[in-house]
Formats: sequence, structure tokens, C-alpha cells
Amino acid sequence: MSRERTRILIVDDEEIVRESLSAWLEKDGYTLASAPDGETAIDRIRKERWSILLVDLKMPGIDGLQVLEEAKKVQPEAVAVIMTAYATVDTAVAAMKIGAYDYLVKPFDPEELSLMIQKIVTQQALVRENVLLRKVLKRDYHFRDLISKSPAMQAVFDLARTAARSNSTILILGESGTGKELLARAIYAESTRSQGPFVAVSCAALTETLLESELFGHEKGAFTGAAARRKGKFEMADGGTVFLDEIGDISAKLQLDLLRVLEDRQFFRVGGSESIHVDVRIIAATNRDLQMAVEDGSFREDLFYRLNVIPVHLPPLRDRLEDMPLLVEHFLEQLGAEMNRHVDGAATDAMALLMAHTWPGNVRELRNVLERAMVVASGHVIQAADLGLRRPPCIDGAGSMASLDEVERHHIGRVLHESHGNISQAARTLGIDRATLYNKLRKYQLRKDGEAETEEEGAE
Amino acid sequence: MDVYLWWIGSGPADHELLGTLRRQTEHVFHVTARAWLGHDRPTDSFDPRRQQHSSTRILKWLIESRPRHAAKVAGITDVDLFIPILTFVYGEAQLGGTAAVVSTARLLPDNGFRPSADLLTSRLVKECVHELGHTFGLLHCPLPTCVMARSVNLVQVDAKDPGLCHDCQTRYTEIRDQGHAHHE
Repeated sequence: MSRERTRILIVDDEEIVRESLSAWLEKDGYTLASAPDGETAIDRIRKERWSILLVDLKMPGIDGLQVLEEAKKVQPEAVAVIMTAYATVDTAVAAMKIGAYDYLVKPFDPEELSLMIQKIVTQQALVRENVLLRKVLKRDYHFRDLISKSPAMQAVFDLARTAARSNSTILILGESGTGKELLARAIYAESTRSQGPFVAVSCAALTETLLESELFGHEKGAFTGAAARRKGKFEMADGGTVFLDEIGDISAKLQLDLLRVLEDRQFFRVGGSESIHVDVRIIAATNRDLQMAVEDGSFREDLFYRLNVIPVHLPPLRDRLEDMPLLVEHFLEQLGAEMNRHVDGAATDAMALLMAHTWPGNVRELRNVLERAMVVASGHVIQAADLGLRRPPCIDGAGSMASLDEVERHHIGRVLHESHGNISQAARTLGIDRATLYNKLRKYQLRKDGEAETEEEGAE
Repeated sequence: MDVYLWWIGSGPADHELLGTLRRQTEHVFHVTARAWLGHDRPTDSFDPRRQQHSSTRILKWLIESRPRHAAKVAGITDVDLFIPILTFVYGEAQLGGTAAVVSTARLLPDNGFRPSADLLTSRLVKECVHELGHTFGLLHCPLPTCVMARSVNLVQVDAKDPGLCHDCQTRYTEIRDQGHAHHE
């Protein structure tokens, strides 16, 4: 019942007011507590959850407006009502500006107080119901570990579900941090191969020779250091799924080898002469524009068509900002469980900052930012300052009508500068991997310290 | 358990009214109720600034001055009552305590016409049973027709029955049984 859940904190320096108001409200079954001054009130607001705050405007020391200001930061969902003995337009306006629900002039008309409390309790019951309904609805927004309500992502989920039922090769395209591996794992989990292994390989992380050995395995003595025969990822994934990440970054030789696997489902170990057959489903992913790579000759056209059987485009986070509240709620819940810390949500200004950020590192960057915020946040609600994000680049750098590339270039430059040119640190902050960051540095002709390169200074 | 209904108003006691209150109290709470006509009156309840009487001070006085055998006492008055934070109250009671007070002052319509004796009695009976219900530990009831529903205007008072709804009756029986078990 909503009355039992309703916790009311009465803040007033007059004991008789606290007592008579408590006695009047306790007969409605609410849980009541009182604070004799602003300091005690703020302390209790920081430590406990409240539904309604009835706060006297004029108190010695910290006054009602200051209490209200703090309450709005720490517990924005608590409804605050200002009590005042002297009703002036100025105080009412000031209270409303800070976010008071209403104000009452002492002594209150019993009907007015009763109606106000009833209205607040009803509204809060509706909010709780809404939260429950949203949770039910959220189940529909999930595709395994991916979550979105944007039409573009819902289309991706539908396609992925259908594709999962087939055995066809899938090519996942999307910027770094958009969740390509998560999608690959989700497809695998939904497929008939889910009982088999899922083997992931990051093609950009290894040199050509190492990657070849990693994918196809090697025979004993195939190269210096090959002390024993070793199975490659394709053999390990027999009966399951191989996920080839950063497929756009593999060498011409490996492109050819891979083409053979895709055509015949067979290959040779490095240094071996025995043809090995495997039953694998291939899911490849890249953040590169493979069509462009085919056109400029850096990627084999036949391999592209072999991979591009079912292309799935993951949209960047900036194109599905309607997901931000959902993602924030999801990550705060997830991180809260991991960190054993409960946070209610993000304050309005924090959410505005999250919405204004361009997210070059996409959802991965968002998760990192929220993880940091959960570590540094002191209250129940994430504040804008906890995010460690700068105000939107368009405000202080790239110009208010800058293109996405300009904004990204500006942001990367600044993060690099802040990281004193430390690539690993900058990549972590941006929520992207080092290889992607290097690619972007090349693309935007940025130096490791974040400054733009000049003709005279040459490359890297 | 004896419940004393004590006329502490400024005017003379209305015996018929007190009789009706007594019968309804016994009927609703299954207790022995007595009309008490002690001549003492609260002395420090009047607030000259507000020109009203403090119901909280009257409660304190009732606890101190109640007859020796009174397990509970309800003061019935005709003066206008207030608590510091509200402009007026129809009555006040200690939740799960000993004393209650109700007044006829605000049960009269504000159009200057005096209601019929029956209507005034009916309203007072409801408010008195309501406040006594609090002394037995009952909270406000969400059912508008239950005598334990909160009423902040006369329309709400008139909408109530003079007795407990099924849920409040059950709750009252539980409280009473717990009390008996506690005393055994």
C-alpha cells in the first residue's frame, strides 16, 4: 500500500510544528521523521530515501531553500513542499525555481494540506507503477545483452534473430564500441550452434604470421618456436561459431586463405600438408568501410561478397540517443551489481550532458563514463560533474554547427592532450581500442599530444 | 474498559447528545461508556492570538484530570479547536493513547444557519467515534464511508457512516485481542 511506503521528513526549527504535523500525518499511516535544522535535514536526506519533504523556509543556519537545493541534487525524485509563515511572491517563486512542488502558508488549511499530500502520494504511486511497467517493457528492448528501443536497433535485433536461425555468414558493420562482439555472441546464443564453442579472434591485434597460426594452427617445426603441433581457432570452433573481429585489417595473404575456408570449409595448418575440414559458422565484424576498401583495392572483392551474405549495420550511439536513458539505467543497474553500490539514476543536467556528448567510443565509452561516475559519485544520483565529461565540444571548440568528423577530431585531440599523449590512457577514456585510436589519429592527422600535424612536421 | 465522555464546553451540557454518544460508543467499540458531567474545565487552552483553543493542551489536561476509573476519556466541547500547524481541527486524539477531544464549533455550517439537532448530533457522533478510534490505535481508512476516513470538510463528515467498515472492524478486533493477550 502506498501510504506505508510513503516516508515524510518534516524540517522545521519549531518543535511544536514538527510535533503537531507529525501527529496529524501519522494517523494516515505514513512513516514520519523530523529534523530541527537544515544541517540535520541534509544529513538525513543524504543517508535515507524520502518520498515527501515538508521544509520550513526560514530556519537559522541552512535555510529551507538550501535544503531544497541539496535535496534536488541528492534525491530528485523526493517531492519537496516549502512551508512558510510569510507568503510572498518572491519566496514562492524562489522555491518553485529550485524545484519545490508547492508551498504552504502556516497555519495550513487542513483541506489544503490533506489534498496536497494525497495528490503527491497518488502521483508517486503512478511513478512507481510506471517504473514497473517500464521494467516489463524493457524485456522487449533486450536482445540477449544488447538493449535498445530505437527503431534502427530493433530492426538489427529482428534481422539478427532471423540470421541466427540460418547457417549463413554474417558481417557485422559498425563503429568501435557499438557492440559488434556482443551482437555476435547474441546471434551465437540464439543459434542452433549454441551448444558448440564460440571462438573470438581479434584480427587487428596480431601480426600476419601470428594471426595465420592463430587461425589455422601450425605443425611442429613449422617456424622457429613451433615446438609442438597446435590447433588453430577454426579447429577449436568446430561445431560452433568463429567470430573474426576487425576483419577489414587482415593482410592480402590472409584474405586469400580465409576465402578458401569460406568456400570449402577446409584449410591447412601452417607448415602442414593435411587438409582439415571444419564445420564452423563465421561471423565477421569490422569498423571499416569494406565497400570502400574493395574499391581502393585493399580488400578482396570475392572475399567481401563471401562475407557480406547477411550484413548487419550497428548504428553509432549518437544516432540512437533515444536509448540514452534506457542504457544509463541498464548500466547503472549492471555496474551497481558489480560494484555492490546502488545509484538511483542520473540528475537532469548529467543526462543532458550525456545526450550532448558525441560518443566517438559509442556504448563502450558510455559504460566507461558511467563506471567512473559510480566510483566518484557521493550521493544516490549521478551528477554532471561525476561524469568527467567536458561540456559539448561544439560549445568550446569545433563551432556550433560543426560536422561529426570535426567534433570527433576535436574531442580526440583534447583527450590526447589531457592524457599527455598516452595512447593507452586516451583510448581507455574514449572507450575505444588502441588500434582504432591510431586509425583515427591517422584519419584526422593528429599527433600523439593531440595537436594537429603540419606539413613541416611530417607524419607521426 | 470504561470510556468517559466528558462535556467540557462553555455552554450547558446536552444530556440527550451525550446519551447518543454513549450508546454509539458502546455499540461500535463494545465497551462501557459513561457520560461524565464533571465541572472542571481546561484553563490554559485558549490562545488569545488565534482566538481558538489548543486541542493539544486540552488533551494534556484531560489525561491529568480524567476520572480515576476512566481507561479512555473523550472531551466534548463547543469551543473552536486548533493545532499549531492547522487553521482548525474538528478534534484530536492520541494515537493508541488515552485522550480525545471533539468540538461542535466547526460542525455548524458557515452560512449562519444552525443545522438541525439531528444533523449536529450525527456529525458529532461520527467525529467522536473517529477520535476514539484513534485512541484504540486505528489509523485513517481509505473508504470514504467508514467513520475512520479522514474528514477535512463537512461534506466528508456527512459522507461517513457512524460505524467502522469491515476492514477497520477486523483491525479493531485484532488490536483488542492483542491488548487482552498482552494483559493476560
